[in-house]
Amino acid sequence: MRNRFQGAAVAVALAAPLTVISLVSTPRGQPAQALQAPYQAPRTADGRPDLSGIWQALGTAHWDIEGHAARPGPVVALGALGAVPAGLGVVEGGEIPYQPWAATQKQKNLDNWLASDPAVKCFMPGVPRATYMPFPFQIVQTPEFVLMTYEFASATRVLYMDKPDFESPFDTWMGHSRGRWEGETLVVDVTSQVGDTWFDSSGNFHSDAVHVVERYTAMSPDALWYEAEIEDPNVFARPWKMSMPLYRRLDRNVQLLEFKCVEFVEELMYGHLRKQPNK
Amino acid sequence: MRRESEVRIRCLGVLTAVMAVASLAPLPVAGQATPPAPDTWTPTRTPWGDPDLSGIWDFRTLTPLERPSELSGKEVLSDEDAAEYERETLRALDKDRRTSDGLTAEQDVRNAYNQFWWDYGTKLTEDKRTSLIVDPPDGRVPPLTPEAQKRADARTEALQRPAHGPEDRTVWERCILGLNTGPPMNPSVYNNNVHLFQIPGTVVILTEMAHDARIVLMDGRPHLPEDIRQWRGDSRGHWEGDTLVVDTTNFTGKTSFRGSGTEMHLVERFTRVGAETLLYEYTIDDPKSFERTWSAVIPMRRTEEPMFEYACHEGNYGMFNLLEGARVQERLAEESARTKSK
Repeated sequence: MRNRFQGAAVAVALAAPLTVISLVSTPRGQPAQALQAPYQAPRTADGRPDLSGIWQALGTAHWDIEGHAARPGPVVALGALGAVPAGLGVVEGGEIPYQPWAATQKQKNLDNWLASDPAVKCFMPGVPRATYMPFPFQIVQTPEFVLMTYEFASATRVLYMDKPDFESPFDTWMGHSRGRWEGETLVVDVTSQVGDTWFDSSGNFHSDAVHVVERYTAMSPDALWYEAEIEDPNVFARPWKMSMPLYRRLDRNVQLLEFKCVEFVEELMYGHLRKQPNK
Repeated sequence: MRRESEVRIRCLGVLTAVMAVASLAPLPVAGQATPPAPDTWTPTRTPWGDPDLSGIWDFRTLTPLERPSELSGKEVLSDEDAAEYERETLRALDKDRRTSDGLTAEQDVRNAYNQFWWDYGTKLTEDKRTSLIVDPPDGRVPPLTPEAQKRADARTEALQRPAHGPEDRTVWERCILGLNTGPPMNPSVYNNNVHLFQIPGTVVILTEMAHDARIVLMDGRPHLPEDIRQWRGDSRGHWEGDTLVVDTTNFTGKTSFRGSGTEMHLVERFTRVGAETLLYEYTIDDPKSFERTWSAVIPMRRTEEPMFEYACHEGNYGMFNLLEGARVQERLAEESARTKSK
């Protein structure tokens, strides 16, 4: 707590010049707070910013990370509740720099969304999609390991904080994460992801060559600023970046609950193989 | 199959770990024949003063949950008998073993999932127990109540016939929970690893299979309301001396551990008894399902080997094949019936 007040004092001291800068140069989608930086999170026993807690993204990035108008959903019976709300997008610069073939593939994915989206089948969403699914996730931070556990599909990953040379022997759905601290920021290098996961429900995709660098920085006691830089020479013309705030869940008695969705997709995946009546 | 390739690499890692673990501290275990050697180990503590249980723990053992009938009345084996038991068990389990009179085609296909994939350890518990169950003293799961027996019979019936749908199969074949995940955890055929995380107010029990993080809240709040049920239940923890006690309720009943039901009350105890050893004990209290409470003690060994992602559902071709096979069997049976009636 002491650190928080110190941070506030510094923020006041710097507020005047920074406000001017932020008015002039804040890129679209980046809040002025990100430039005013000096908030310091409370510290863990080993002196690091303490990011432990239950967090969740708001907004519509899970539908479409690019800016999009509202549109109807594919399930008629769900009516207004199944429609896709509009969003300004979280991709810095507005558009994902796909290679021409990949732009065509993205459109195909979107056209066949329900049949092709791996999250529809309750597959682990990969990184960064797991971060902004419309479900909470929990950070459990220790000096050697940082656990990130997601309510959706019980997906989990463990960040290795002291093994910078440890390469994964194979690809996984949630990737291989090596973390480090850069001042107030937890930086995570995510490699060895399978090519089967997507970025959202609009067909935005990557290959198994994807390399993600995530940055988690506390903006205030109850918000983190999240950035993910994406590099994938098979799919994109150049690296690109998305960013958004993550909010602390402040609900009374909040705890991560179970969303073991396998049970909810068994009919979808195996229904055609059920024993039929009268057989 | 992705799952198999991950298991395979995991197996290699674990073998290295076994060779690295030279000697283990003796375990102070209920039902032990010889008194444990004095323990000179001083528990390490977290910076906020709790006993430090964090790290990755390996709970493989050849000691079965229930005492085999041929060892009835024998809680602990002599060193010689234990060595013989280990040798015989490993021989019997060996999928690469070839008998002189040859195998049937069916046996041979079954052995295709050969010894390379299995990782159930090579030793009994350090104290040479013949069952992980320490109470009741016969080392067996107590008899089921009539109500629980009815449920168990229905499950067995469903497992023995061609499955009508995924619900007829086990939760681990459906990839909802891992086969050793529980709760409670029990050693099984592979991936017997658990990673414990501790921060102030929270402990997390992350089992390798199937990437299941059970969050244990330590802040004294009550369990979830009764109508919120979870496959892995709802866990609350507290310290009793240097022992972490985890109290879990709110089960679905669909998990069914050895016949347990929705009313299962599980109490798990984790005590670090040495630098390399964590003692895991659990007691199951479910009077609607079992005629009495029962308890097991499982030693866990510290390992420096990392755990890997056990993606189960994502590569569950087994469920497609199993259901498709069941439908083929039905079609063949119908055709054969038609031919006969002609």
